[in-house]
Amino acid sequence: MRSLLRNTLPAVIAGVAGVVMIGAFFVPVAKPLQQLAEVWFTILAAMAFLIGGTNLFLHHAKKVAQLQAGWGFSAVTLTAFVGTVVVGLLKWGVPPAEKYPNVAWSGSYQEEGSVLWWLYEYVMNPVIATMFSLLAFYVASAAYRAFRAKNTEAILLLGTAFIVLLGRTYAGTLLTSWVPDAYGALTFPGMTDSVIMAVFTTAGQRAIMIGIALGIAAISLRIILGLDRSYLGVDE
Amino acid sequence: MLDSLITLDRRWIFLLMGLAVAIPVLTQQTFPEALTATSRNVFTAVEELPEGSLVLLAFDYDPGSAPELQPMATAFTRHCCLKKHKMVFLTLWPTGTPMVDQTIRDVIQGEFADLNLQYGEDYVNLGYRPGNEVAIKALATDMRKLFNTDAQGTSLDDLPLTRDVRNILAAKLALNVSAGYPGAKEWVQYGTTQGTLPLGVGVTGVQAPQMYPYYPDQVLGILAALKGAAEYEAALGDRYERYRDPKLNAAIQRMGPQLFAHLLMVGLIVLGNVVHFAHRRREAAQ
Repeated sequence: MRSLLRNTLPAVIAGVAGVVMIGAFFVPVAKPLQQLAEVWFTILAAMAFLIGGTNLFLHHAKKVAQLQAGWGFSAVTLTAFVGTVVVGLLKWGVPPAEKYPNVAWSGSYQEEGSVLWWLYEYVMNPVIATMFSLLAFYVASAAYRAFRAKNTEAILLLGTAFIVLLGRTYAGTLLTSWVPDAYGALTFPGMTDSVIMAVFTTAGQRAIMIGIALGIAAISLRIILGLDRSYLGVDE
Repeated sequence: MLDSLITLDRRWIFLLMGLAVAIPVLTQQTFPEALTATSRNVFTAVEELPEGSLVLLAFDYDPGSAPELQPMATAFTRHCCLKKHKMVFLTLWPTGTPMVDQTIRDVIQGEFADLNLQYGEDYVNLGYRPGNEVAIKALATDMRKLFNTDAQGTSLDDLPLTRDVRNILAAKLALNVSAGYPGAKEWVQYGTTQGTLPLGVGVTGVQAPQMYPYYPDQVLGILAALKGAAEYEAALGDRYERYRDPKLNAAIQRMGPQLFAHLLMVGLIVLGNVVHFAHRRREAAQ
């Protein structure tokens, strides 16, 4: 019974859902079934938020309770998580909606001036922006220490990097401003857009995309047929 | 000299990068932007739509990408307001909701307050739509099955703009500002290919190469990174005189720091290689 619920039933559900989605693509009368599957997907996606949140809470609560290595970081995570959930659910500081001025919780949970809005604006926003800003410094350091023209591939990579770095700024336009308009593809911006992005990058990306698509098709078929159950935590 | 360059403390590099970015920010030096075909196509699509057309604006990004993408969102919304297009906003990112709110607040309710655009008639905010690809697919087929209300919980049937809209294919154009998954790629695969909805995208520099295979058939144009945003702002300035003021164009202002940061990177790569090969030559000689 346990195996049926844990392994067989989910595999059957996945298989049926997969067949429905493929079938509806080719058979228009099956569209309502496809839309039903999509509604269920959305419900499950919402439930995954709850499961994910619970898992996050339990994982970090355990680390804090047992004073494991790095428990302080877990404590910060827990405080931020619980605090955000509480102020969001209780709509702290949210004024009532204009339409329902006498109903306390009628305003949007992200209303300007609310505690959740404040957390987003003055905590999350600057924290994320700071993290990304730091990349500029580390990339500069890496460029000096690691970007070496050691072999042909590295030289090609370096050449491409120079063209794109210059082509994406006014420096590229200025340096090749003497090139006649008829040879615009030979300017730094022209080489960036017309040659590197439109030819080499596009060709490489297409190859990758086709490979990924074939891989997804093969894996999907294995899942639909019940041959691949690794997503259930089962080996075969 | 060579020894000190080999063991150069990286804090000197950090300082140089800090100066390369800070000085142009403080001096507010700007540079002209030449319009590339990928950006021009997006601008032309918005510009040539008949006045009052329905445009979908999907802003799928968060504060981490806002410095690069917010100028695109602002420019798209600004352009739609100038053309008096009807706008439907949404985001597939839970952290994208404030990005949409901020754009509406700054552009529609701030910059274009004199137009007195009415919520529900001239624009609607659908807010965050969960479900990634499935949400896009539902929006492109029968959005009422999954989403019946706007961001404030008002029924779409009660809003004049969305009352008769069964799916987003009713729009004449979709503009997506995207920082990753779900985003521009998914809008192509599950949204616009369901019908004939033209799609223009504004993406981060990292994401731009992934979008080029779709250009120009599935995606009519691409704003690639901050430069794409600056090009769009420059195009707006060329067409509408009031937007020639650099202070109104965040991306054009930010291209100054980007220029000097890129030049520094090129310089550091060259210097790093010179030092490396000089060191190797010295070791070989010994």
